Amino acid sequence: MDNFNMLMEGFATAAQPIYLLYALFGVFIGTAVGVLPGIGPAMTVALLMPITYSLEPTAAMIVFAGIYYGGMYGGSTTSILLNTPGESASIVTALEGNKMAKAGRGAAALATAAIGSFIAGTIATVLLTFLAPVIVDFAINLGPVDFVALMVVAFLTIGALLGGSILRGMASLVLGLFIGLIGVDDTTAQQRYTFGFPGLTDGIDVVLVAVGLFAVGEALYVAARMRKGPVEVMSMGSSSGNSAKWMSKDDWKRSWKPWLRGTFIGFPIGTVPAGGADVSTFLSYATERKLAKGKNKKQFGHGAIEGVAGPEAANNAAAAGVLVPLLTLGIPTTATAAMMLTAFQRYQIQPGPLLMETNGALVWALIASLYIGNLMLLILNLPLVGLWVKILQIPRPYLYSGILVFGALGAYSLNFATLDVVILLVIGILGFFMRQYGYPVAPMVVAMILGPMFEVQLRRGLQISQNDVSALVSTPFTWVVYGALVLMFVASFFIKRAQKKMESAPLEQIEENSQ
Amino acid sequence: MSEATTRPVIVLGYVPGALGDAALAAAVDECGRRDAKLLVINSTRADRTVDVHYAFEPDMERLRTYLEAGGVEHEIRQFTSDQLASDDVLEAAEKADAELIVIGVRRRSPVGKMLMGSDAQRILLQAECNVLAVKA
Repeated sequence: MDNFNMLMEGFATAAQPIYLLYALFGVFIGTAVGVLPGIGPAMTVALLMPITYSLEPTAAMIVFAGIYYGGMYGGSTTSILLNTPGESASIVTALEGNKMAKAGRGAAALATAAIGSFIAGTIATVLLTFLAPVIVDFAINLGPVDFVALMVVAFLTIGALLGGSILRGMASLVLGLFIGLIGVDDTTAQQRYTFGFPGLTDGIDVVLVAVGLFAVGEALYVAARMRKGPVEVMSMGSSSGNSAKWMSKDDWKRSWKPWLRGTFIGFPIGTVPAGGADVSTFLSYATERKLAKGKNKKQFGHGAIEGVAGPEAANNAAAAGVLVPLLTLGIPTTATAAMMLTAFQRYQIQPGPLLMETNGALVWALIASLYIGNLMLLILNLPLVGLWVKILQIPRPYLYSGILVFGALGAYSLNFATLDVVILLVIGILGFFMRQYGYPVAPMVVAMILGPMFEVQLRRGLQISQNDVSALVSTPFTWVVYGALVLMFVASFFIKRAQKKMESAPLEQIEENSQ
Repeated sequence: MSEATTRPVIVLGYVPGALGDAALAAAVDECGRRDAKLLVINSTRADRTVDVHYAFEPDMERLRTYLEAGGVEHEIRQFTSDQLASDDVLEAAEKADAELIVIGVRRRSPVGKMLMGSDAQRILLQAECNVLAVKA
């Protein structure tokens, strides 16, 4: 009951008009960036980080959480109407959603996506509310070696399981770990990899790396292949009349089960460091496809509403799930969560098992704002579809030059040092080549943020055991975690195979569009 | 045979929607009156994800049927180009030594005029030949 009271207090904070405005701002920006291909929530949080310094922590976190949730909603709009997923977690939605729009049932597809996202987001937030304190109670007893195990899992899953190539993912991860080492060593105060260069003694700011990779690299990449034909926008309703508008009774009947199934597929996948939202959408789609019977089964590939309802619910549930390890253990499992972790650190708040105790008011206000943000998104999304499509009419040169200026400005404002802007540009060029040659950038950012924490825990663990390496696998918890890691790799092998099968024909076309 | 080649050319800057349809109707009319052939231009710079001025298959299909029904000799050029749509129309008109350019014009708000350039205005001011501005 205590948690319930805390949550109510959180609502009392989050419902203050000023915080409502911040939440509205967050979900609005989040939806907009979710709509735009190539611009995701992680990049937006990174770009906004310098300007939110002046805000107090609660306001900043509410904005970031809104962006995170909003991004999940926005992606579905473009997937359905344009066959162009705004972000990776909406790729599956395009499979059936765009077919529905082509058949004149765009409004129904958008509605089932939005309502499914709302239901899944709300249920998942409830699960988060009740699960988080339980995990915290447990996590408080974890020692350094246990955290080392958790972080090893996070590193390996983010580096190796996400994206197509294990080698490229790991290369990106190791590069991130290296950049994280630059600066003064916490334990011995020695300088590492600074080459006697005074500007590097404080290390390279995470925001520089994130903005450089996500924003500058992406902008250069788009600029290098600017001319890409426009895509066709499907109209929302049926052209013959308004009889098929929104969701029919049959649509509701076919949607509610996939919504719930999507929620319970998405949430657990979000909580384990195994890849956030994308994996859950593929799993949900595959499940719906398997479970569909008779006439509905034949509709798959031609616009089955289950194929939109399930994955859209799953990606929102996963988004809430990702917050569980972030808020309870301080371990980010996606790039956006990693950026939120950085935001906590900037306010001198150390995420981890103690977060709920030391900053309970903030955490509960954040969770309460998730409920509110979800409701806002449901109300905002459907009527404003026209506006979101209009955003896509902005010529790319304007959009990306704006992002570059904003990114450079933010980099300069960190320390008012020109060196930071130079570092930003160097990392941006690196990001461009990584993108060009298919190296994922997310592992690099996550590794850079998690790396220093990993090092602290590892050295602490080894100091306690007096450099006995076998201590790393000494507790039952570590056995469970490493065992789970092996299981995850085996499972991912099968999931990847199923995913490939599904990706065969229609997805290639979508990925072409989404560039 | 020389008659066919000396037929005057009318260039139509086509955009999908009511504006383009009005211009199309006027252009076909004008072709009948002048016994001219019609050159339809629809281009995009392809620098944005959504370009509402670029015609997709349903609109193109409608365009073709309308022209067939109108019984005018015509050519449709649809392409991606580096320049503005107005430059594409002007260039095509110049190359074909066109007698007339037909475009649709619409009312614009003062703020809209201040912020955005106007392809219609560029064509009106820079064309070598006469321009028929169709109100929609």
